[in-house]
Amino acid sequence: MKILVYIQRDGDSIGRNSLEALAGAQKIAKESGGDVSAVCFASSLTDKLTGFNISEVITVSNDRLNAYSPLYFTAAMEQVIADTATNVVILGHTYQVRDWIPRLSARLDAPFISDCVDADGTNGLMGIRQVYQGKINTNISAEGLVLLSFQSGAYRADSVESGSASARNIEVDLSAVPSTIRPGEKFKESKGGVDLTRAEVVVSVGRGIGKEENIPLVEDLKDALGAELGSSRPVVDYGWLPHERQVGSSGQVVTPKMYLAVGISGAIQHQVGMKGSDNIVAINKDPNAPIFEIADYGVVGDLFEILPKLSQSIKDYKS
Amino acid sequence: MKICVLMKQVPDKDVALKINATGLGIDTADLTFVTNESDSYALEEALLLKEAHEGEVVVCTLGPDSSLQVVKDAISKGADRGLFLCDDAFNDLDILSLSIVFATALKDEKFDLIFSGLQSDDVGNGQLGLLIAEHLNTSHASLVMETEMVGNSAIKAKRELESGWFQWTELDFPASLTIQSGINTPRYASLRGIMMMKKKTIDTKNAADLGLNPTSKTSTTKMYIPEKTKETIYVEGTTDEIVSKLVDIFANDIKVL
Repeated sequence: MKILVYIQRDGDSIGRNSLEALAGAQKIAKESGGDVSAVCFASSLTDKLTGFNISEVITVSNDRLNAYSPLYFTAAMEQVIADTATNVVILGHTYQVRDWIPRLSARLDAPFISDCVDADGTNGLMGIRQVYQGKINTNISAEGLVLLSFQSGAYRADSVESGSASARNIEVDLSAVPSTIRPGEKFKESKGGVDLTRAEVVVSVGRGIGKEENIPLVEDLKDALGAELGSSRPVVDYGWLPHERQVGSSGQVVTPKMYLAVGISGAIQHQVGMKGSDNIVAINKDPNAPIFEIADYGVVGDLFEILPKLSQSIKDYKS
Repeated sequence: MKICVLMKQVPDKDVALKINATGLGIDTADLTFVTNESDSYALEEALLLKEAHEGEVVVCTLGPDSSLQVVKDAISKGADRGLFLCDDAFNDLDILSLSIVFATALKDEKFDLIFSGLQSDDVGNGQLGLLIAEHLNTSHASLVMETEMVGNSAIKAKRELESGWFQWTELDFPASLTIQSGINTPRYASLRGIMMMKKKTIDTKNAADLGLNPTSKTSTTKMYIPEKTKETIYVEGTTDEIVSKLVDIFANDIKVL
């Protein structure tokens, strides 16, 4: 199995998801008796990458790859795969990867097994994906050229094995790539800005709260605990709380001492933002909610009965 | 302007799921089905563009007979016609193979825009609109939070990136956009829309109609309820008991009080 790991640049560093993918690739290579190389579209990372236990670090330098642009990235990767006789491409499942790897999949007629939580190379390549909002896992096997991405946290970034790798450059020809997609500059919305990442306690509210009028129930609990208020995606989508309160892959990633999830089912996208918390407490009426998979303490019950009494009891305890 | 919206029927998020006898799928017998959430936002965005700039909105779905409801619901909200891809040969195809089915069905329509929800709430590949973009050689943008027409042959899309970053990207027609939920407020079906339904056409196509004999390059070898990796301590009892136990846990175990 000839494995190629795509290294996504994050400023001047290797993206954390790419390091995790590299750890996963090393594991698969051991199981399959395969070989790992890494490719990066930035020469600034080459020296860092040659310090890992992989065969080869491939650097592709081209001005058109300095900033992310899907058609250029797809064309460059297509040429690198052909040049290296790769049969498995492994990536971290970032928003960038989600945007251009499907395109590469269609171009190469190579399946993209996306957002895996684990994989195995013992008997061909098998990826494990979470489906149905994380309630069910599915094992997917594939032959031929395969693209596979790992969900954030699937492997530990600090478990990548050190070693030494050779380095070479590959020139790519991007002159025929059309300019039908023209990405602009990245920006942040310039509003208030709530930093949930510094909070010791986060009380987070999900769809289970039912309607906007019920939000004060959670605000009372948040005040009683002296916590910050977070939310899952639907609550923001419905306009019940501002986007800056959102925890998850498209919001903030938090690791408080206690994360209290109220009425949050715990879809994968939400878990990515809070599963590193020291203590996870979940209150949900559905005993099958995926949030209980990762909760340290679980309450299967009606939040409308529990919350008012809980807020009051905490206030009583504190006084 | 001609806009296609790809929509899917998925199990209701709140229902409990069971693995079926084959061990390779879920038991669908007692499930309730709904339109995939982000697809409803994709439809609304298409309807808004049509209302502002004129044009036609065609809704396309693939699935078993029951999923025709998705097309009907979309038409009752204002879509102009439907395209329903239905064949047992489409069951259990992987997303790459399905994308070829869709691309084959859509290619002669010459759509200016193809909208889809960014991800389905069932298998959640998040790839279909982007795979089709490559097959049909269109531009694309994923995780779109806002759209804005540029003249009459290009569109700007505000993309959501990680950690609160955004980016506008300009796309020449034809373009495929995957729409993030929350981008607009999906409308309800109107009485007029429901009345108009009889006058609107829904074309049904099977594999033979499309000249396809699709097969997948991947196979699902197992489907299962994941084993818990964490030992959860369940707090049980009456509401008062639960509350007092929680306060004790907050104070003495987690030590946040």
